[in-house]
Amino acid sequence: MSKASGIIEQERYTCAIGALQSVVAIPRAVPILHSGPGCGEMIQGFFERSTGYAGGNTSPCTNFSEKEVVFGGAGKLRQIIENTYKVLKTDLQVVLTGCTSGIVGDDVESVVSEFRDEGKPIVSVETAGFKATNFEAHSLVVNAIIDQYVSLFEEENAPRSEKNTVNLLASLPYQDPFWKGNLFEYKRLLAGLGLRANVLFGPESGGVAQWRKIPAANFNVLASPWHGKPVADRLKAKYGQPYTWFPHIPIGANQTEAFLKQVAAFALENGAEIDEAAARGFIKHSSDAYYEEIDNLATFLLEFRYGLPNHAHILHDAGYVAALSKFLLHEAGIVPKEQFVTDGTPERFQENIRRNIAETSEKREIPVFFEPDAGKAQEFLRGVSHAGRGLIIGSGWDKELAREKGCDFLSAAAPTPYRLVMTTNYAGFSGGLRVIEDIYHNVLATYK
Amino acid sequence: MPKVNLSLPAVRIREIRINSITGYQGDAEELVSASPRGLKDKNRSFSQCLGCSTSKAACMTVLIQDGAVISHGPVGCAACLHEFAFTYRVNSPLRGVEKPAPRRIFSTNLQEKDTVYGGAVKLAAAIREVRERTGANAIFVLTTCAAGIIGDDVESVCEEAEEELGVPIVPIFCEGFRSKVWTTGFDAAYHGIARKLIKPPRERRADVINVINFWGSDVFKDWFAPFGAKPNYITPYSTTESLAYSSEAAATVQACSTLGSYLGAVLEQDFGVPELPSAPPYGIAQTDRWFRALGKLLGKEEAAEKVIAEKKEKFIPRIEELRGKLEGKTAYVTAGAAHGHALLDLCGELGLNAVGAAIFHHDPVYDSGREENDQLAQRVRDYGSVPNFNVCNKQEFELVNALNKIRPDVLLARHGGMTLWGAKLGIPSLLIGDEHHGMGYEGIINYGERLLDAIENDEFVKNLREHSVNPYTDWWLEQEPHYFLQGGAGIQAVQGGAGK
Repeated sequence: MSKASGIIEQERYTCAIGALQSVVAIPRAVPILHSGPGCGEMIQGFFERSTGYAGGNTSPCTNFSEKEVVFGGAGKLRQIIENTYKVLKTDLQVVLTGCTSGIVGDDVESVVSEFRDEGKPIVSVETAGFKATNFEAHSLVVNAIIDQYVSLFEEENAPRSEKNTVNLLASLPYQDPFWKGNLFEYKRLLAGLGLRANVLFGPESGGVAQWRKIPAANFNVLASPWHGKPVADRLKAKYGQPYTWFPHIPIGANQTEAFLKQVAAFALENGAEIDEAAARGFIKHSSDAYYEEIDNLATFLLEFRYGLPNHAHILHDAGYVAALSKFLLHEAGIVPKEQFVTDGTPERFQENIRRNIAETSEKREIPVFFEPDAGKAQEFLRGVSHAGRGLIIGSGWDKELAREKGCDFLSAAAPTPYRLVMTTNYAGFSGGLRVIEDIYHNVLATYK
Repeated sequence: MPKVNLSLPAVRIREIRINSITGYQGDAEELVSASPRGLKDKNRSFSQCLGCSTSKAACMTVLIQDGAVISHGPVGCAACLHEFAFTYRVNSPLRGVEKPAPRRIFSTNLQEKDTVYGGAVKLAAAIREVRERTGANAIFVLTTCAAGIIGDDVESVCEEAEEELGVPIVPIFCEGFRSKVWTTGFDAAYHGIARKLIKPPRERRADVINVINFWGSDVFKDWFAPFGAKPNYITPYSTTESLAYSSEAAATVQACSTLGSYLGAVLEQDFGVPELPSAPPYGIAQTDRWFRALGKLLGKEEAAEKVIAEKKEKFIPRIEELRGKLEGKTAYVTAGAAHGHALLDLCGELGLNAVGAAIFHHDPVYDSGREENDQLAQRVRDYGSVPNFNVCNKQEFELVNALNKIRPDVLLARHGGMTLWGAKLGIPSLLIGDEHHGMGYEGIINYGERLLDAIENDEFVKNLREHSVNPYTDWWLEQEPHYFLQGGAGIQAVQGGAGK
């Protein structure tokens, strides 16, 4: 699709400061915004129900006014940080900058380092909105915490000292609506192989104590098409930790088995102590249980007489587009048609993602478009028609499109005011079954 | 300097135009009596994230039926606007919009290089593309901090595009850093709309009354009928056409004076539409005054008396019943300025003892300059003062501090995120989204019933209290709420009067 003016309609992601949600997702961490007024509120509004411990209107903020724009805001930042310690209970503070600070050029790090020198667990990171997307800035935030906080505890966490521990780099907090459930499921799956996963975000994370142990992990698991890769690269350079890269979120049995086998092989290569038979047993048991359900379901999928979707369009980030395309085709019998990656994937990663999606099937081609301007993607879809009943999987923006086209609709991407997700997972064997439940729950709800 | 000057591209911010403040701790009566002399704002040495003008400007433009909106900035500055697309769709039945069209919301997606070389060329291209893609009858361009600081000449870009495209291209200057009073964003949107969309009146229509509001239910249709008039809602669910001839209405009324202060004054001063000289109708006494003022303005005093008598006969018995049940309960209110005053009216009318309030800012006098529109003064006159009256621009830490000390029987809130803190403390908390729900005599009943319901059904908040997480330190909760307010509690009056 052509790029005319570079505008974006119907945003599916937000700007760099949106990565404040990665701080919100760390237990007892507090984002401190050195930004104009409203940045935190905007981000909270984008993700909804996303305040967590101290996001949204709880986040301390310098709320730039004309005065700070003209004279700089370093003094105000110092004051706000000082008083944050009086007002909020916090184990980690991450100062994130906004456009205002970025353009006027405040030396934020020198203010923050004053507090760090006093022993405060504080980190600064540049997240001016025009510099990056929140997908990219997530890695900036994580790397900043590693460089400025985790690295202070290297002595008691010698690099690669725990053979069976891995750092898990996967779902982006909040941007992936299923992040909490997914991280829990990854942890459970890795435990099935005999590996202990360092989960950095959400209730499965042990907070900053867990972060400090990052260097001790033997290797890292990156489950992502592109975002989060700078973290894996940084850890490789810094602590010599190799990583194994699975290029999407594993949904359903085929992908989850592939994921687990890939990780298990990598673990063995890197000296982890894995009981191979037990690991194989875990995978087999999980797969058997999964196929018992699919077996039961097949009659419904093949025989339901009143109409089920036979093809799907997905508007999502690259990881979900790839994973859901593969899953729907092979494990639910729904044919993926034109797909839209709306996450602003940098060009250098697009070829790999295309190839990954192309490998879905030897028989068919799945057209993939990288289009952050989702309004344009919708315009395209309005002009496309396939025989049979269609399914659209996307964000809340796509509900109206689905209605227009008479398609079934599954809300599974940010932002969405039409669905509430708490700890549901789409990753793993159970995640695949949940996707099926969600699709056909919506489909069956149309019969009244 | 006149408060309204449509020859200038940008509206003057509230702090300067009407001397609004965002920091005060004391009681309502003191604030009211000091307001005519002018107030001096106070800064805070600790602050949490405020609201931003740009999203307030968006909420007054996104819901215009046939418009499109461009946020000129990085993507983040339009991030939460999908919420207005949702609002437009789900509330459309309240306004008789049968097929709500998808909202057209764009970002120019400014990048780092644009902050170096400027974003004007990008904006110019964006406007043309948006016009082609949407066919919108008007395009609203909202500015952001980044666009403001790099100094893009948005006014000229819009003018050139307007000449070329032949539809109004409305620049709205609403950069967040310009004002601590985010309702300046409403003013900015109205200023742009008044400059570009509202046309000089062709006639004066006795049968149309402007209602400046959000997206509440259509109560005014029935209320205006006895006066032979119908409402012209501004701006949500309006069209460029209905906005253009809002200049011909017989009068303008406000659902919330904080919201419509500026546009009401513009319509009166530049287009000859008188603004109703009365605060909105919350509580019995004020509803009486409001209908009388309306009758007088329209030359239909008798119709007003008839409406008042009929409605009172119908609704007063139930109001008294509710008062009997709520009398003596304590309430705390948190909301934007005028709507907060309205909720305090409702508490007063229902016999609840308002033991405190956290109100997001204070306008000492609205743009009309009329005392009759001062809703807090009216509240104090009708029902007495309110202690623990805290003006704080959604500084949650102050709210939590005050609530923790005061522990009211119920918390009334208007803005998202605030009820959580009542609930965490086990305080029944109520937020009603429809701003018309509490208006008029029947509104007192609506609120009374919901309040009773909230107070009665407290099992959820009591359970939450036992399990919720509180990020605030014990030290902070022991301090006075104004601890970080520079200059402390009480009034800091401006020497020499208002508007300086």
